[in-house]
Amino acid sequence: LFICSRTVEPLEYYRRFLKENCRPDGRELGEFRTTTVNIGKCLCSITTADGSALVKLGNTTVICGVKAELAAPAVDSANKGYIVPNVELPSLCAERFRSGPPGEEAQAASQFIADVIENSQMIVKEDLCIANGKLAWVLYCDIICLDYDGNLLDASVFALLAALKNVQLPLVTINEETGLSEVNLKQKNPLFIRKHPVATSFAIFDDTLLIVDPTAEEEDLATGTVTIVTDEEGRLCSVHKPGGSPLTGAKLQDCITRAITRHKEVKKLIDKVIKSITPK
Amino acid sequence: ELCSVCPGDTSVLAGLYGPAEAKLSKELPDRAALEVLLRPKVGLPGVLERSREQLLRQTCEAAVLGVLHPRTAISLVLQVLSDAGSLLSCCLNAACMALLDAGLPLAALFCGVTCALQPDGAILLDPTARQEQEARAVLTFAIAGSDRKVLMATTKGSCSVEETQQCLAAAQRAAGTIFQFYRDSVRRRYSKC
Repeated sequence: LFICSRTVEPLEYYRRFLKENCRPDGRELGEFRTTTVNIGKCLCSITTADGSALVKLGNTTVICGVKAELAAPAVDSANKGYIVPNVELPSLCAERFRSGPPGEEAQAASQFIADVIENSQMIVKEDLCIANGKLAWVLYCDIICLDYDGNLLDASVFALLAALKNVQLPLVTINEETGLSEVNLKQKNPLFIRKHPVATSFAIFDDTLLIVDPTAEEEDLATGTVTIVTDEEGRLCSVHKPGGSPLTGAKLQDCITRAITRHKEVKKLIDKVIKSITPK
Repeated sequence: ELCSVCPGDTSVLAGLYGPAEAKLSKELPDRAALEVLLRPKVGLPGVLERSREQLLRQTCEAAVLGVLHPRTAISLVLQVLSDAGSLLSCCLNAACMALLDAGLPLAALFCGVTCALQPDGAILLDPTARQEQEARAVLTFAIAGSDRKVLMATTKGSCSVEETQQCLAAAQRAAGTIFQFYRDSVRRRYSKC
C-alpha cells in the first residue's frame, strides 16, 4: 500500500490523477471551473465607478472598476482618447504577494491587458474623442484580484469586458462661447464595444499534458503556461506563451480550438447577465 | 560574459553573471534562480520592460538546466543600444548567445524570430520598425534548437488561426539560419584562442 501525500509529494499526487484523465477537484482536463459574473451598481457594489463587474472563476475573484475622466488628447494623436488598464495583486489575495510596489506578475498582467485591448480593438480610441485636439475621455480600468486561485489572466479579461459593457458615459458638449465643457449627467450612453475578446489559459504538465483553467496549486506544479485570446470571429487577438516547456505547432492548434469553444460559452454567459440587468 | 547581437540596426548588449551565490531571500533549494533585467535605450524600465523580462526569464528557465546549480543566482542584464524593429527577438538571440558564451548547461538552444503579417497577407521575417507599424499583426516566437518546438510566443495585433500557423512554420524554417549563425560565431570565437 503506497500512500502519496498531497503536501509531501504534490507532483506525484497530481500525476496519479492525470493518469486517469482527471484532476483532484473532480474536473476533466478540458473543463473550466464554475464561472459567475456580477455586473453593475446593484450587484457589484462599486457605486462610485462608471462601470464595474465582479468575476469569480472557481475561487479566483477579480473585480474591475472603470472610471471615466476628461483630459486633453496627446499632441501627436489629437483624435484619440486613452484607456489605462491597471492590474493589482494586493497582499490580501494570496500569501505570495507582499505589500509595496507592484511585483513582476502584476506588471506583466497589466501589460497583457493593455495588449489585449489594443490587439482586439474592443474599444477604438477614436470613439473616446469628444472634440478633436481639445477634449477626450480617459478610461481608467482598475482590475483588482480579491482572491488568487490561479488563472488570473482569464478572469481579468472577462472582468474588464463585463465592466466596459456596463459603462455609461454622460454626454459632453463644448460650449461655443465660453470654450468650457458641459457635462450632461442626465443623458448617458453606453460605450461602443466592437469586439469581445475572451482569454483561455492552459497549464503544461510534464512537457506533454495540457490542462485548462489551472488553480494556483496546478500553476505552481506546471512546467509552463499558454494563454490564447480569441474574439467572436475566431480571430486570435493574442497568443501568450511566456516561456516554459516547448510545444509543437499541433499542440498549440489544440489550445486554439479549445479557446474558440470557450469563447462561445463565455459570450453566452455575458449576454445572459447583461440582459438580466438591463431595465425593460 | 558580454555579447552583442545586431540584425540590421537593432542592437542589444547582453551580460550574464553566474552561477553566483544567491541572496537568502531569492535562493531556490533545488534549482538556480534566474533573473533578467532589461534596460531600455532611453528612460527608466517600465511595465513593458517588466513584461518582456518575464517572457525572457521563463524562456531561459526552460532552456537552462537549473537543477545542476541549486541555491545559486544567474543574472542576465540586457541593454538596448538601438531599436530599429524586431527588438524582442534580438533580445532572445542575445540571451541565448550569452548563455552559450558563459558555458552554462543548456537543455536546448533557442532563437528569436519576429514575423510581420502585412495588410496584403504576405509574411515578412525580421521586420524593420516601419514594417512593424504598417503590419496587421506582429508575432514573435522563440524556437527551440533540437526539435523546432515553440518555447515562447507573443503576438501584437490580431490575425486568423491559419495565418498564425503559417507564421509559425515560417519562423521554424528561419530558425535554422539563426542556429547556423550561432555555430559560426562560436567557431570564430574559439578558433582565435
